[in-house]
Order: sequence, then structure tokens, then C-alpha cells
Amino acid sequence: MSSSRWARALTPFRIVVIGYVLILVAVMILAPVLAPADPLAQNVTKRLTVPLTDGYILGADELGRDILSRLMYGARVELFIALGATLASMVLGTIIGLLGGYFGGLVETLTMRVIVDVILAFPPIILALLAVTLYGPGPGTLIVVMGVLFAPTFARITYGQTLSVKREEYVEAAIAFGAKTVTTMFRVVLPNASAPTIVRFSLTVAAAILLESGLSYLGLGVVPPTPSWGSMVAQGSRYLSSSPHVLLVPGGVVVLTILAFGVLGDALRDVLDPKEKRRS
Amino acid sequence: MSHPLLSIRELSVDFETAEGWKPVTHGVSLDIVAGQTLALVGESGSGKSVTAMSVLALLPLHTRRRGSILFTGEDLLCVPDKRLQQIRGRDIAMIFQEPMTALNPVYTIGRQLIEVIQSHRQLSTAAAKERALELLRSVNIPEPEKKFDHYPHQLSGGQRQRAMIAMAVSSEPKLLIADEPTTAIDVTVQVEILDLILELQSRLGMAVLIITHNMGVVADIADRVVVMRNGRVVEEGGVEDVFVRPREAYTRELLAAVPYLGRAEKFLGGLEPGLAVTESTTGDMTTTVPVLELTGARISYPGSWRKAGFQAVHGVDLTIERGEIVGLVGESGSGKSTIGRAVLGLLPLAGGTLKVHGTDVSHGTRALARQRRGTVSMVFQDPASSLNPRRTIAQAITDPLRWQGIQLRGMALRERAMELLEQVRISGSWADRYPHELSGGQRQRVGIARAIAIEPMLMVADEPTSALDVSVQASVLELFLELQRSYGFSCLFISHDLSVVEALANRVIVLQKGVVIEQGSTRDVLQRPQAEYTRQLIAAAPVPDPTVQQQRRQARTTG
Repeated sequence: MSSSRWARALTPFRIVVIGYVLILVAVMILAPVLAPADPLAQNVTKRLTVPLTDGYILGADELGRDILSRLMYGARVELFIALGATLASMVLGTIIGLLGGYFGGLVETLTMRVIVDVILAFPPIILALLAVTLYGPGPGTLIVVMGVLFAPTFARITYGQTLSVKREEYVEAAIAFGAKTVTTMFRVVLPNASAPTIVRFSLTVAAAILLESGLSYLGLGVVPPTPSWGSMVAQGSRYLSSSPHVLLVPGGVVVLTILAFGVLGDALRDVLDPKEKRRS
Repeated sequence: MSHPLLSIRELSVDFETAEGWKPVTHGVSLDIVAGQTLALVGESGSGKSVTAMSVLALLPLHTRRRGSILFTGEDLLCVPDKRLQQIRGRDIAMIFQEPMTALNPVYTIGRQLIEVIQSHRQLSTAAAKERALELLRSVNIPEPEKKFDHYPHQLSGGQRQRAMIAMAVSSEPKLLIADEPTTAIDVTVQVEILDLILELQSRLGMAVLIITHNMGVVADIADRVVVMRNGRVVEEGGVEDVFVRPREAYTRELLAAVPYLGRAEKFLGGLEPGLAVTESTTGDMTTTVPVLELTGARISYPGSWRKAGFQAVHGVDLTIERGEIVGLVGESGSGKSTIGRAVLGLLPLAGGTLKVHGTDVSHGTRALARQRRGTVSMVFQDPASSLNPRRTIAQAITDPLRWQGIQLRGMALRERAMELLEQVRISGSWADRYPHELSGGQRQRVGIARAIAIEPMLMVADEPTSALDVSVQASVLELFLELQRSYGFSCLFISHDLSVVEALANRVIVLQKGVVIEQGSTRDVLQRPQAEYTRQLIAAAPVPDPTVQQQRRQARTTG
């Protein structure tokens, strides 16, 4: 039956999207080989060149740097930060939510109230400022800050799922058959509670790309001149009226990537869920 | 024969799937005469509900109906939606299996009744309220003025079903469709509900189409019976004919599979209740120690902040000897499942002692549940929810072995899984399927395989067949008995069905509201009951015999 599940999950549209994500990953690894130019090399005479002229396939930015090359190197930084932060927040949030939902009572107060609600009460920018002041700007700081910031979403999703899954009879069966608490939590409850988390993963990758651009714009993220998609959008916005391609090209890539991860999440959910969910 | 009120002709219902139209029923024809009760019986998947639902076009989207449904000369397949809405509720009313979900939980019973009354008749609110109270009185709800302002959750299951019936008969319909109206209700209440339906039927002169899988209910109230299987009508006839002289082999099989209280010897191929102590253990010292000993056990559900706990079991004594099957019977709320959960260590004892094979495990829950590893096992009521949907059946039945630290790996574990599957007669090639790919009976076999995997000394079986069709129930129970005899485990068999317990148990314990009412050997308790409550239970248990049911009905109405 699993082959048909794959067949149902892999619609032509999704195959295109998965192809796009694979190309992104390849570009990320092979950027030095694939990039037509040095992403940092400036050529002020060629500033704001429109795409497909003078060998600039996607044009040049306000300092005459090749946008395509910057996008390729930017993909490395972008995806490393976005995936790293999302992974960190997922692990952290899932453990917090699972503990709170499974044990309830005091543990719930500690996890869901003291940790999660306090994080949510913090304005993201303030938290980022604090971390940057302490550890300095850079990808590592960004991953930690965003990992903490996105953890509550995962915690709440897992918490809600755990609350309903732990009342299922098969969980009771596991306890009755002598499963240890850790086994019950991680081997019985968690797999049945994780489907929405997987969907959320891809959405959070998208949100992380967005937040990275915001923080980079404020100078709290990736330090210039290192290319990142977020800072490219931020800088390009200044030339929107005269040379829209400086904004639209990286902006388009961000949009496509966010969309691709969303679609990828849906496909993953369909494959990972053994129950055939018909939606018609 | 008089002119039929409802006449279904060559009705075929198809569901649309990705592969095209999939037929669910094939050319079903049946007639209902005014004032008559027609029972539509069959197992799950037979198309009985689909047939009944298609009368009022209450089918899911993406279905199509072909044929004709003539109601007082009008073809319901051709009438416009507006006309159908008029017919629904006014001429043809419906009651459902689970009144808790069929009633709106946020409105009071009274408000919902008034709404129904006003939707079919121009009445002022005051007059509608008067009518609603009259209806509540007519369905024998105690204190109708008070219950009028109650919400569905404040009523008992039986009262909710009465309220549902009041709603259905508010417009004095010509036809009442009842879809498993008593399946979710205790037997003693079931009798009252069926009496009520019959009484209203004769008072209002309406026809009743009852859909049920319970042959006892059919024998009790039906005039005519239509037996369905795989979307086709297998047999149709008067209730006497179908029960006494069934023409079709399928009907005979179906009737033979129904456990009949007082005739246990004919059920389960003559297998005796298991007392199969093997020779190797008889010389053992341990055989004299009871496998389970509950003394003065009190069990409460823990309360939470600002909410008091609830005591479900008040001082129960219970002993199970080695190799014995003890039936624990009672209605919902009697505490029978609570006792089962406590024995498994899922609930703590509030008082008294619980000894498993001589070891006192009265205190603590979780750690002690694990101490019971290898000695106590369980078969759950609903195999669909007690199997982890993300584990294949081979994984599901060997998980308990891993949890209990039994060192079996790779091929050995796989072999054990195959061996267990073979014992419950499931093909080894199914080992890697997921529970949702199996039928209900197969899932419960997997549940049993999982329970015997650890070779337990004591098995707690909580209503293991109440979610299954009768023919499947018989084969699962038969398998259970066989395994019990070969493995020699003792069993606490929890059930509301006296006829099943009679076929399976050596001893019976009758429980009511957390107190033991009566206990003794199965024969003594069920044939010479001492307690009044036991007698009521036995009298209420439906038997698949129209003559007996009629005698009982007469005895009830005259006495």
C-alpha cells in the first residue's frame, strides 16, 4: 500500500516543487563552482544593470555585484540559518510540549506557562538585540535566537496533540503492557502527535527566512558584505522605483522558496501518515 | 396485502471513488405497510443503513441513487429538495443511534423540541411549549417540566433517546426510521425504549423501519424482516418465518451465530468454558495461590483542583483461580471496566488489597504496572483504537515483548510475530500491514495475539467482542477459548452481554453501581438468580426468538 501512498502524495506539481528544493540544495553545496562571478566583486560602472545584459544574467545590484552569484552564495547562508533555526526550535519545542502535555500538572505549568508564555511575551527584536549584544552578530547567534523564538509554536502544537493522543486506548495499552514512561512518550505518543509538527516545520522554515531578512535589515543578522537573501531584499527596496529588479529578483526567490517548503510539508505529511486521508 | 406506504424498488446506491462509481447496494426492493414494523438486518457493510438513509436523501456527497423510492405514491428520487424538506421530519422522521451526538449540546431539550414543532406547524411559542411538554410526557420522561430546561448532557442515555423520539414523533409522522436506536443503551433501558416505540406506533398508527444488527431486538418488535448482505436483499419474510424457518443458508448462519442466553451449549461449536490446568503445573506449589485476589477493593477516579474525585467501586471482593474464566457483568456505570483497569495497574486502589498471584500490588500504579509484566495482559474493547495506527501488526504484537525487556531481536522477533499471527489465524503475509487495512475481526485477532505474546497468567478482556458483528464475534470468541485452553491463562471477562458470558465463563459476578450484587457459578447465577437485579438483567437480555419475546412482552404489559 505504501507505493500507492507515494503515488498519491507525489502530484506533478509537487514533483516540480521537490525538484526546485533539490536544485536549491545543489546550489547551496556547489555555489563556488556554479556562480558566474565573485559575489563580493564590485563594479560601480555596471551598477543597477538590468537582467540579461553585459553577462549579468539576473542583473547587478547598486554596487555592481552580480545578483545571480549573490543569490547562490546567499542560499548557503539563508538555508543554513533557516533550517538550523527551525530544526533547533522543533527539537526544543517538541520536547517542551511533549513533557507538558504528557505529565500535566506542575510540569505543564513549568513548560507551557513559565517557558513558552514568557518567550512569547518577549518582543522578538528585543531578544535578538540582547543576544547580539552578548554574542555579536552572525549566523550562530541568529540560529539560537530564532530557535528560541520559534520553539513556542512547536511546543503548543505538540502539547495539544499530546493531550488528545495520550487519551487514546493504544497509549493505555502500552502502559498496561509495561512500557516505560520514556518509551510511551517518545515511541508511542510522539509518532502519533507529530504530523502537524512536520507541516509546521516547512512553514517555520519560511518564517525563518522572513525573520532573517528583517533582522539582517536592522544589522542584527548576517553582517555585510556577506550576501543573504534578506539583506538583498532590504537593500533592493531603496531602488524599487528606478531599478525594480534589484528587489524583485531576490524577493521572488524568497517567495518561491517559502512556497516550496510549504508544499513540501504537505507532501511529507501525506507520505508519513499511514492513514489514507481522503480529501474530496 | 394493503397498499404499501413506502415502496423501494430496485434501489442501487453508488459511491464515487477515484476509480469511478463503486456500487454499495444492488437493486434493493422492499415494502412497508402503514402501521407495520419492518426490521432491516445485516452485518456492517451490508448496506442496511445506506438503504434507509437514501429514503430521506441523507447520504454523503458524491453518491448516486438509481431505482425508485415511492412514498405514498410520490417518487422521492424525483421530488425537488424543497418538497423533500417538507417530507423530512413531518411525514418521515428519524431517530439515531447516539442521541448525545444527534442532539445539539448547546441548546436545551425544550428549545430543540419547540424548534422542531414550529418548523412543521404554525404555532405560537407558548402553544409550541405546551405541545413540547405534552410530547415529553408521552415519552415518559420523568419530571418533564424540569427536563424541558435541561441540556442533553444532563440527561441519562435513555432519557436522551426518549427526547430524541419525542422530537421525531412531534409531527405524528407516517413513517419512523430508527437507525440502531438502542445500540448505545443498556439492556434494561433498551427494553423500555423498544416498548415506547411500539406504544407510540400503535397510538399514532405509524410504520417503523428499524435498522439493527441485534437479532434479539428484531425478534422482539418486528412484523417483517429483511436480511441484507453485501448490498443485496438475501431474505424477506414475516418475523416468525425468518426466525423459525429461514430459507437462506446465510440467514441460518447469522441466526446460529447469535448467542442465546440459556442455550450456551449450542454456541461456539460446543467448546466448554476453559478449565485447562495442564498436567505439568498441577504438581506445582503455585497452583493453590489464586491468580487474582481483590479484597474490599475501593477504586476512585482522582479528582482535580476544585473538583472532587469520584468513587466508582465500593468494596469489591473477587478471586480468580488458575485457569478460570470469571465473567464480570453489569450495566454502564457499574464499575466493571474500572475494576479491569485497576487490575492492570492503570488506576490506583483507594482502599483494600489487590494481589496478583500472591504478590500484593495494591499501592502505586505505574511502577507496579510494570511489576506485573509477564503476568497480566489485556484485550481491549475497540481494536480500532487500542492498536497504534503507526505500527504494523507484526510490530504491534511484539511491542509488549520489547517493553517487558524480553531479549528477542531481528529474525527471532519476526518469527515470534509470525507464530502468534498463525495462532490467531492471520496470514503471515499480512504482517506488515497497518491496523486500518484490516477488518474489525482481524484487528481484534491482532489484539488477542498481542495479549498472548507475553504468555500471561491473567488476561483482562474488556468487552472484547462488543464492537464486532455477530458472526465475527462467534469466531473470535471461539479462538479466544481455544487459546485460553492451550495457554491456560486465567481470565477476567468483562461484558454486558449475559449470553456471551454464559458461553465463556466458569463463574459470574454481577456488579451494580460499584457493588457486587451476586456471584457464583455461571449456571447458578444465570439459571437460578437470587438477586432481583440479576433477574431484571436476565429478563431484559434480548433473545433471538419471536415467541419468547412476545410472551415476555405480554408478561410485562399485564404484570
